[in-house]
Amino acid sequence: MTKDIHSARADFPILKQSVNDHPLVYLDNAATTQKPQVAIDALVDYYTRLNANIHRGNHSLAVQATEAYEGARRKVAGYINAERNHEVIFTRGTTESVNLLAYTYGEKFVQAGDEVIVTQLEHHSNYVPWQQMCLRRRATFRILPFNEHGELDLALFERMLNEKTRLVAVNHVSNSLGTVNPVEEIIRLAHAHEVPVLVDAAQSVQHIAHDVQSMDADFYVFSGHKMYGPMGIGIFYGKEKWLEALPPFLSGGEMIDNVTPEKVTFNVLPYKFEAGTPNVAQAIGLGVAIDYLKQFDPLELQNYEEDLLTYGLNLLAEIPDLVIYGSPSHRSGILPFNVNGIQHYDMGVLLDTMGIAVRTGQHCTQPIMDALHISGTVRASLALYNSREDLEKLADGVRRIIKMLKR
Amino acid sequence: MPGIQELQKDLSDDFSLLANWEEKYEYLIEMGMDMPAMKPESKVDENLVKGCQSSVWFDVKCQDGIMVFEADSDSLVVKGMVAMLYKLLNNQPAKEVLEAELSVFEELGLWRHISSQRSNGLTAMVAHLKAEALDCLAKGG
Repeated sequence: MTKDIHSARADFPILKQSVNDHPLVYLDNAATTQKPQVAIDALVDYYTRLNANIHRGNHSLAVQATEAYEGARRKVAGYINAERNHEVIFTRGTTESVNLLAYTYGEKFVQAGDEVIVTQLEHHSNYVPWQQMCLRRRATFRILPFNEHGELDLALFERMLNEKTRLVAVNHVSNSLGTVNPVEEIIRLAHAHEVPVLVDAAQSVQHIAHDVQSMDADFYVFSGHKMYGPMGIGIFYGKEKWLEALPPFLSGGEMIDNVTPEKVTFNVLPYKFEAGTPNVAQAIGLGVAIDYLKQFDPLELQNYEEDLLTYGLNLLAEIPDLVIYGSPSHRSGILPFNVNGIQHYDMGVLLDTMGIAVRTGQHCTQPIMDALHISGTVRASLALYNSREDLEKLADGVRRIIKMLKR
Repeated sequence: MPGIQELQKDLSDDFSLLANWEEKYEYLIEMGMDMPAMKPESKVDENLVKGCQSSVWFDVKCQDGIMVFEADSDSLVVKGMVAMLYKLLNNQPAKEVLEAELSVFEELGLWRHISSQRSNGLTAMVAHLKAEALDCLAKGG
């Protein structure tokens, strides 16, 4: 028996409050989602009942905390269908996961003259680490542009791949435009040249059915806080063969096997990549958020959110002078727009006075804004607890603001 | 010319008549629209205030120790803030501007929305005007 999506809203206590004397309409989910009560409780419960440092002590609390932490790893592995639990590494978030790979992969596999391909649709977090790594390694940083629909051109991508290409980094869903990129096809084309692919799943893992094995992603990264889990916890998934081949990222406790003044041997996977005391409570909280998500039928969830997106985009499209950015054939979760003659900043501040939370600005995607020749957008973004009523309030709010400002 | 404190009191009274945030912002935006227009030739880079998310221009003149200025912004909300500063500080003695404690923004809660932005625009604007006031005093006004 799966859980009814319409019952979800009641599970998120923060959504019951008023902001600026209006019931909160939270449409900034691409920045961070709210947390269900069970995930909040998990944090308190951990510190109330279980707290101990993991993997070391042999006292009861340490053993139980370790078991809970490793249990969370198994839940994540199951959720993305990793072949092995130790292919799942806990990090602080997507940004740290990308940096982990950029540093370790760059050091081991990228030489002067090699090439790395990213796309023009990337968040700075999956752009700058590769740009900087290419500068350090004197490699070429190549950018696959997007077209007038906000989509990537696969024929062009195929032509960019060559014997010098060492890695491709691409997001599954663009955080600015919501474009769903054809990652399976990108991976297939890259693999034909024996090039591994990193998939940034920060905006997709919580919205779109996924499976790292059928997708055949070499690396797959995302953040806990954008999928109803706590902040400060994220995932770096890598195929075992790659994780074995890569050097450690950070060094310190937990990741070592044997240390002498002359040398060190490193611990086995996944501990080789988890130096220092990890965010145990947050990892456990993420595991609980995944349990929560798994109550819903994944396809039903995806359909519900896609219907909601279409409904919202249609409501906005009826508003005179409103421009929606991108027209990809498949879009997820994001409503990016501006109203001609009104600053996105003003729209954001005035929507806030009505209790409607959206984000305005560049959304950490300056290359996209430059390509569109705009300074930023208003971005409304969806989660499973949003309703048609939320989007009606957004559209009404936008109409009222237009009236207020255009006199 | 009423003093800055008196003008703050007037503003505070005006806003207290408004029922909700929407009305307060509507009023703020109207103040911006009613502010005398800045001459286009004054909207040059040296008059831009650094540290604001939106573009804000101030062209300040010092006339016998009195601060006289024109101002504008490409954001209507920010322009409303600019208009409040204009109402409070335009045509005031530089010494008064320098010593003014601008409590009205905090009092109205408008500050909260502006300072939540990454760069604190209002602080930058006030700092800019106080620096101009200091210059004005130094010129022996």
